Amino acid sequence: MQIKTINEEQFHIIEIYGDVDASSSITLDKSIEEAITNGKKNILVDCANLNYISSAGLGVFMSHIEEFKEKEIFFTLFGLSSKVKNVFEILGLDQLLQIVDSKQEAKDIK
Amino acid sequence: MVHYYKVNCVRDNLRLIREFVTVVLRNLSLSEIEVNQLVLAVDEICSNLIIYSHNCNPDYFLEINIEDQADKILFEIIDQDANFFDISEYQEPKISNIIKERRKGGVGLMLVNRIMDTVEVSVEDHQNIWRMTKKIAKK
Repeated sequence: MQIKTINEEQFHIIEIYGDVDASSSITLDKSIEEAITNGKKNILVDCANLNYISSAGLGVFMSHIEEFKEKEIFFTLFGLSSKVKNVFEILGLDQLLQIVDSKQEAKDIK
Repeated sequence: MVHYYKVNCVRDNLRLIREFVTVVLRNLSLSEIEVNQLVLAVDEICSNLIIYSHNCNPDYFLEINIEDQADKILFEIIDQDANFFDISEYQEPKISNIIKERRKGGVGLMLVNRIMDTVEVSVEDHQNIWRMTKKIAKK
């Protein structure tokens, strides 16, 4: 898995490439923690190139939900393939995390 | 037909396990979502065994059997040395508690139980065997 981060307008975008599993989820977690620590208030996660996610990856997102609320951080995932989105849906996490289709849609709802 | 794979307990082998399961299931005319769910269920059990039961010790091995049984698929994950996990004692955590406690883990087995039709763990010949089945409607 690879992570790239870019800043566009007021948005901090985390791009995920490859598989987020029990082996690689720590890298994703560090990237989100770094964004929070650096005071980013609008974090988007680009999942267009995310091929696979396991419970370890879901756990990374779940563990930050309370902090996003506390710090009033706008956090949205976009570009998920059907199979990846389905993994979020199995546990109902699509109702607890904001997930939209495209980057533009994510920016527009801010 | 039974498809067999054996790997040692190294974290990076999770990717190889997923590739093995994907290749086997692609021949069964399942949808991409169904394949991904089943790969995920096997990955969750194997990662628990590799990381938590064996601390990524390469001296330990897991064996995986996948059998196409006409109306269902049988997955067996055979662990030579892990402590027996009594699945009847397993209590599913609440998602709301996991979020409140900011835990990063705890939903792996929950996913497996949602995906598979049956999940059993038994001890046979000093081996710890996870046996999971999924009914399939072939196209």
